[in-house]
Amino acid sequence: MSDNEVAGHARSRMEGAFQPSPESGPTPPSQIYGHFSDENPEMVQFVDADGNRLDTNETNAPYAQIVEEMTSEDARIIYRDLVLVRRIDAEGFALQRQGELGLWPSLLGQEAAQVGAGRALRDHDYAFPGYREHGVAWCRGVPPENLLGMFRGVNHGGWDSNENNFHLYTIVIGNQMLHAVGYAMGIAADGDMGTGDPDRDAAVMAFTGDGGTSQGDFNEALVFAAVTNAPTVFFVQNNQWAISEPNEKQFIIPPYQRARGFGFPGVLVDGNDPLATYAVAKDALDKARSGQGPTLIEAYTYRMGAHTTSDDPSKYRSSAEVEIWKEKDPIKRMRGFMAERNHADEEFFAAVDAEADEIAARVRKACQEMPDPELPTMFDHQYTEYHPLVEAEREEFLAYHAGFAEEGGQA
Amino acid sequence: MSGTRLSLAKGLNAGLRRAMEKDPKVVLMGEDVGKLGGVFRITEGLQKDFGDHRVMDTPLAESGIVGAAVGLALRGYRPVVEIQFDGFVYPAFDQIVSQVAKMHARSLGHLKLPLVIRIPCGGGIGAVEHHSESNEAYFAHTAGLRVVTCSNAADGYWMMQQAIESDDPVIFFEPKRRYHERGETEIDEGGTPELGLYDARVVREGSDATLLCYGPMVKTCLQAAEAAAEEGRNLEVVDLRTLSPLDLPTIMESVKKTRRAVIVHEAQTFVGMGAEIAARIQEECFYHLEAPVLRVGGYNIPYPPSRFEEEFLPTLDRVLDAVDRSLAH
Repeated sequence: MSDNEVAGHARSRMEGAFQPSPESGPTPPSQIYGHFSDENPEMVQFVDADGNRLDTNETNAPYAQIVEEMTSEDARIIYRDLVLVRRIDAEGFALQRQGELGLWPSLLGQEAAQVGAGRALRDHDYAFPGYREHGVAWCRGVPPENLLGMFRGVNHGGWDSNENNFHLYTIVIGNQMLHAVGYAMGIAADGDMGTGDPDRDAAVMAFTGDGGTSQGDFNEALVFAAVTNAPTVFFVQNNQWAISEPNEKQFIIPPYQRARGFGFPGVLVDGNDPLATYAVAKDALDKARSGQGPTLIEAYTYRMGAHTTSDDPSKYRSSAEVEIWKEKDPIKRMRGFMAERNHADEEFFAAVDAEADEIAARVRKACQEMPDPELPTMFDHQYTEYHPLVEAEREEFLAYHAGFAEEGGQA
Repeated sequence: MSGTRLSLAKGLNAGLRRAMEKDPKVVLMGEDVGKLGGVFRITEGLQKDFGDHRVMDTPLAESGIVGAAVGLALRGYRPVVEIQFDGFVYPAFDQIVSQVAKMHARSLGHLKLPLVIRIPCGGGIGAVEHHSESNEAYFAHTAGLRVVTCSNAADGYWMMQQAIESDDPVIFFEPKRRYHERGETEIDEGGTPELGLYDARVVREGSDATLLCYGPMVKTCLQAAEAAAEEGRNLEVVDLRTLSPLDLPTIMESVKKTRRAVIVHEAQTFVGMGAEIAARIQEECFYHLEAPVLRVGGYNIPYPPSRFEEEFLPTLDRVLDAVDRSLAH
């Protein structure tokens, strides 16, 4: 879309108030993206829906070398991640349905976006997730059991962010984008950027969805990152639905195009193509670590399931749309690519499936056996130092419960 | 520098400087805090001496300032952010109450957030709207935050350093109309603080009633006590200094002694700090009281245009009127 077209859309928008007619209104984002047909020439892709390696073109050429340098082992790692992450996610969904979890936000359909980004991160990089980034967590080495606590209601996180450089999930949309930039400012201030030492240079990746791009914090984060040259990669998973609201309700200009207005590049990548997401993320992280500034990556993908287990997508989107996206499945695509290149044999695929079964069983057992927290711990960790009100209320609480015990009841 | 008599603004500036000298991880950030030294000049000269990597002018985005400071704190820094005026903190409110206040607890204690948010507060300077508010109750109501306010140069100097040394996030209210008044007390910059950050101080001993106040109202209450003394009334004045947690032992000790309490603050009284303090006093001092606990504060309207503010803000006479009502019981 040219700048003139954009300006025209803006005018039409104003004239058309809240209901622009199809003739005068803005071009729906679905047309900009080539919604169902992968037609957007600006979208980086390396394999088609069947896993066939696409020719190098003007759009994917800058990242082609990264893909060419990927080994069979790399391909197997990514495939394994995709399968295991999907299985962990399915287990989370099932556990919610069985009453073991209060809520589960499924990543189904977004595995390639998250695994590609997650595998591009180095150990000393830092990831700031929203609340659906189970695949990134997996790639960072966060045990999947740790993700369950907050959805079971026993804690608000449950992992030490600094063990795997994976921050806690953030529920308020967009808050974490600023934390990521601040952390990246700290990396720059520490001199851990642009040294050329791969063991020292670090970057931060901040995750949000298409809905998150509407938030003030998202936009302020882009401003801060730009003017401070903070080594930040913004990774927007455009799964096209912010609960019930489609892209058309979130933006006129797609997020990847918006980055330019903030002063750094934006890249649109096929979010169901794990080779493309890996290559684009690696390129952006390399640039950030070397001091070349932030990048915004928009991974164009699709949320195959509900927003969370509390959602009912049948109320707002068609099953035909879902069926089309089934054909773009990232695991099918990766497996096709691997078969074409002889990256793995049937024994490997069978072993991954067996491992998925094992992990699912492990996650289920851990969830079912997760103890409720001891009641007095409710008062723990509110402050780092003594706080008289918290201590007084803790004592009051304990005395209240001790009273039941003295009466012969259950403490 | 021992024995220096400074304004509150200079005391705060000296406190920031000392903290930055002691710990290279202390960084300042906010709008105009660099070359300008802040709109009230509290950070004057600090960028020149510590560099723009430690005294950072930021984009004009309050949520961005606080949110980025959260990230810096997670990286091991100790950011001190300036919110230019009280009424400008609301764009950052979400970051403060959703993230800053809860980060330590939601991480089960793994993460610390040593962050100080400085807010010039209160009215009395003839400003336009959004420049004169007293919004301390919002933050005192939020678990996970600590909220303090200073009333004089020495406290500004020491409390700022103590707040920066705290591993908990601290909301630091600075009474802007007292910034440039000549300090009444001397600061021994090489000494040690007289009180902890979360201690109240009896600034004037008395026996007939207790005035509980903080920030800009401490001076007003001391003036009221002087005026009352001329009429033979002996008022005790307690500078609360800490609003969350409240120093309840000091408050209760004073009220049990005088048996009368009047709480004075600029903020609207409805669901304000005075309401909480009055409730605590009736819980702990009911049989000691000779009179109901009274409050003097702003009226329950948005902060008015400045031509009204002399009537809106508690004055010496309004404080004395409340004392009269208390003593009439």
